[in-house]
Amino acid sequence: MALPKHADTLERVWHYTYLVICGLIFLFLIAPILIVIPLSFNAEPYFTFTEKMLAFDPTGYSTRWYDLLLTFGMDSPEGARDGSWWRDAWANSAWINAAKNSVIIGFFSTLLATALGTLAALGLSRPEMPFRRAIMAVLISPMIVPIIITATGLFFFYSKTGLANSYGGIILAHATLGIPFVIITVTATLVGFDHSLTRAAASLGATPSKTFFSITLPLILPGVISGALFAFVTSFDEVVVVLFVAAHDQQTIPRQMWNGIREQISPAILSVATLLVIFSVTLLTVVELLRRRSEKQRGLSPS
Amino acid sequence: MTAETGAQDALVTADGKPLKAALRAAQARSKRRAFYLVAPLLVFILLTFVAPILQMLHQSIHNDGFTMHEDVISHERTPLMVNLRQWFDENPRGTAPDEAAYAAIAADLLVLREVKAGGQVGTRVNYERSRSRSMFTKAVRRAERLEPPFEAAFMDLDEDWADPELWAAMRSSASAYTMNFYLAAIDKVRAPDGSITNVDEDRALYKKLFGRTLVLSLLITFLTFVLAYPIAHLLATLPLRYSNLLMIFVLLPFWTSLLVRTTSWMVLLQSQGVLNDALVGSGILADENRVQLMYNQAGTVIAMTHILLPFMVLPLYSVMRPINPSYVRAARSLGATSWTAFRRIYFPQTVPGIGAGALLVFILAVGYYITPALVGGADGTLISNLIAYHMTGSLNWSLAAALAGMLLIGILILYWLYDLLVGIDNLKLG
Amino acid sequence: MKTKTILLATALTSVGFAAAAQEVTVMSWGGSYTKSQVEAYHKPFTAETGIAVNSVDSDNPATPIKAQVEAGNVTVDVADVEFSDAVRLCDEGLLEEIDVSMLPAAPDGTPATEDFIDGALQDCAVANIVWSTVFAYNTENNATAPATIADFFNTADFPGKRGLRKTAKANLEMALMADGVAADEVYDMLETDEGIDKAFAKLDSIKDDIVWWEAGAQPPQLLADGEVVMSTAYNGRIFNAAVAESQPLVVVWDGQILDFDLFVIPKGAPNLEEAKKFVAYSTDTQRLADQASWISYGPARKSSGALVGKFMDGETEMAEHMPTAEANLTNALVNNFEFWVDNDAELNERFNAWLAQ
Repeated sequence: MALPKHADTLERVWHYTYLVICGLIFLFLIAPILIVIPLSFNAEPYFTFTEKMLAFDPTGYSTRWYDLLLTFGMDSPEGARDGSWWRDAWANSAWINAAKNSVIIGFFSTLLATALGTLAALGLSRPEMPFRRAIMAVLISPMIVPIIITATGLFFFYSKTGLANSYGGIILAHATLGIPFVIITVTATLVGFDHSLTRAAASLGATPSKTFFSITLPLILPGVISGALFAFVTSFDEVVVVLFVAAHDQQTIPRQMWNGIREQISPAILSVATLLVIFSVTLLTVVELLRRRSEKQRGLSPS
Repeated sequence: MTAETGAQDALVTADGKPLKAALRAAQARSKRRAFYLVAPLLVFILLTFVAPILQMLHQSIHNDGFTMHEDVISHERTPLMVNLRQWFDENPRGTAPDEAAYAAIAADLLVLREVKAGGQVGTRVNYERSRSRSMFTKAVRRAERLEPPFEAAFMDLDEDWADPELWAAMRSSASAYTMNFYLAAIDKVRAPDGSITNVDEDRALYKKLFGRTLVLSLLITFLTFVLAYPIAHLLATLPLRYSNLLMIFVLLPFWTSLLVRTTSWMVLLQSQGVLNDALVGSGILADENRVQLMYNQAGTVIAMTHILLPFMVLPLYSVMRPINPSYVRAARSLGATSWTAFRRIYFPQTVPGIGAGALLVFILAVGYYITPALVGGADGTLISNLIAYHMTGSLNWSLAAALAGMLLIGILILYWLYDLLVGIDNLKLG
Repeated sequence: MKTKTILLATALTSVGFAAAAQEVTVMSWGGSYTKSQVEAYHKPFTAETGIAVNSVDSDNPATPIKAQVEAGNVTVDVADVEFSDAVRLCDEGLLEEIDVSMLPAAPDGTPATEDFIDGALQDCAVANIVWSTVFAYNTENNATAPATIADFFNTADFPGKRGLRKTAKANLEMALMADGVAADEVYDMLETDEGIDKAFAKLDSIKDDIVWWEAGAQPPQLLADGEVVMSTAYNGRIFNAAVAESQPLVVVWDGQILDFDLFVIPKGAPNLEEAKKFVAYSTDTQRLADQASWISYGPARKSSGALVGKFMDGETEMAEHMPTAEANLTNALVNNFEFWVDNDAELNERFNAWLAQ
């Protein structure tokens, strides 16, 4: 992207303008995500920078909203912070309970999506798979069909089958939504997969399951893990299906946020947002490391 | 056939089968084996995803609110409006209601009162003709006091009982299977003679919303394209170690919770929010002239453009990265201006990426719900918000299903196009 | 196939946490209103009976419970709904009937049927409070203080955004009153097409300046943040924001619309007996009076009136903040529940079409 030496003034001007424009677009992408971080430390209940904050006056900042995340919903938030206080927080704090639900639902739906999705991806990546394209289209469709349509369908379906208001119902729905991601990432890993390896294992007398666990799985593991992370994030971030089919006391983090945003966006919401941003930075790092590892393993040049 | 078989008899496997047959059997076996791997997931998706959607589509053409009442606790089913439905069977469409018709309704109203189904039946008729529900609830309340001659008794209640539109609406409601919810979803209604006409101007809503959804989605797709193209190009032409670093700017939003991103935009766009404060603080705006950026279309467009931008950048990037820079250089050395070289050489090579990104962004945009619901206000909402409203607000589930059905058909066509042009296999994440 | 699906469903439904032995789920309107009920009803109820109370919030509980009963999966045992909704849902057979004999008498022995104010006892519902829709403003964002409902609709002299509830109810009445229609003629007028057109025309005149709200907690927030200069609101929410949180908010009582909130039990409630106990307990004389010390809504029992004292801060007298206080009733409208029972669905349909135009 370096400017050639013979560039004329107009080209130079254009080149720098172009870089500035790109900078602004990157700012547009990242600023809204970073802006919540300082604001979540606001000492006042506003969503904008107070004068004290702009002057970097320490009294303009506080962690009171993070504290509120813990205490909101507790029986006796005022007490001394001893063992029983923390037990109370663990049992009653609304956000902690939402987080517990989110993790439980996310864990089981990820497990289901990853197991089924990986198996299917193995079949789909075989050249002899019949109706490959059509089946692939069906399996990816949960990602394409608007979530509101899926949620509407599930509302009627679950009312009839007794799955409404149950954890099982949400887990099944979230697994469905996560499956396309698993399939996409695992099939992508399998693109460079050398099938002669499994044939060699088979010819040496390994059972199919032995072949899978000692040859195939270690090679595609990075893809499987990033697929699983995608599935987990999908579940962890999903609110519409939860709103439609979950019982009222089955709060998840996004649902609790949704309620909070609609009623009062206190900076407490921003502190949750900040925690979630940190969470996504961690996930992004893991996925990136996995991708590199996978490429190295398969001998692909990073591209 | 025999000659050929004879020629190939020489080629047999160790156990004496013809090779061709053995090969075919082996291929069938491996086909089956591949299919068995996919089968569990396919069954799972059919059960948890396809079946619910099919059931929803059934709901969009089936509503027995006028004909059947089911008790909430005992699940006992009572047929409704039996007498009137019989009258409809005996008299063709367009017959003016006679005393027998009114007597039939009067008898049916008593049943409605008994099982408390007046609201249910009235609501069903109201879907076909506005302001019918109250006529039913009022009539049910006075059902026991209705006496022959019934026609006069009904006219006493409300002269609208003679309205041909009401009778047409009741006739339509009398069959549980109907396409009228799809008609309603495009602002049409059945006239008394059975023909299809537009609804009143002040009740037309859905065509406008479909139109708005289309226009806003196109606008958002265009904006993401305009913003994504330069940075995808920059990322594709920078050395890898820089572009990998900058890629974080694209991937971090992609991995960040949708609700977090929407919340951030609310913080930025509020009239007392960061953006307006900055404009006022820097003296560009007077305090009383703060710009309304939220609870309107502007809010929806800005926030959704940001949220969908990564879906445009990634396909563009994956198309731009392998483009060989020597083509553009060659064009320049042959005397093309940089603009011409871009327009004639570079841009055409990126078109597949534009197509993939634009289709993906557009498909995702038409179905968006959360963001418009939070920042869209009244005029920035999309068709999804209306589906949600009919699901959880007005509880007109058949209409919600019909609207969802129409949206679904549109999406599936686009999806099919995407598969045709781009291929599902080429969908990449991060 | 069918049995398999059912087995799967059962297996999956059992995933999750074991429920407490005795509980009742109460759905109410969230925010400071739910808080007043938790303090005045839920906590003493649990202390006395050992039945745990799950509190869930909704923008308007009438809708989710209707959806739950119609879809056949009811999770709510008791819901707090508006008058017209209580009557409408009862008419449609979606609610359990409530036997008034289970309601306790007043301390002086007056039976419940005579102790509750007129209309507060219905076939399927027991009222707990009298509340009203009012409009309020932020003193810091208005140069001149609005004094009448006409000022709310006057964007020329009182510029700025207005918050309104995203529903037809109350907005149409207020629009007509702002248009000069006397309170006692409002519903007669709304029975006619011209009246409805007139109300929509009045709303249309400020449409561009409206920010719509749905949850009761939103108006005080919108007012405090300066997102709107005036907003319609439930009077108690404004009172709590002004008194408990010291926000500079003022209620304008001119053109207020009085209504009941009533407890109902949806048909198919999973904990029917506990639900009945809860309703009987929460609507006794002392509980209703207690609630009034947490939020400025009037108790639905006559015998509670004398027990209402000060706000929980210990200094604010509640009487003058009640929608029923003499001074606040000069231009007040009592919600005509019959009108809304019949016309709610139809007018909301038109309202939504109007919103989108």
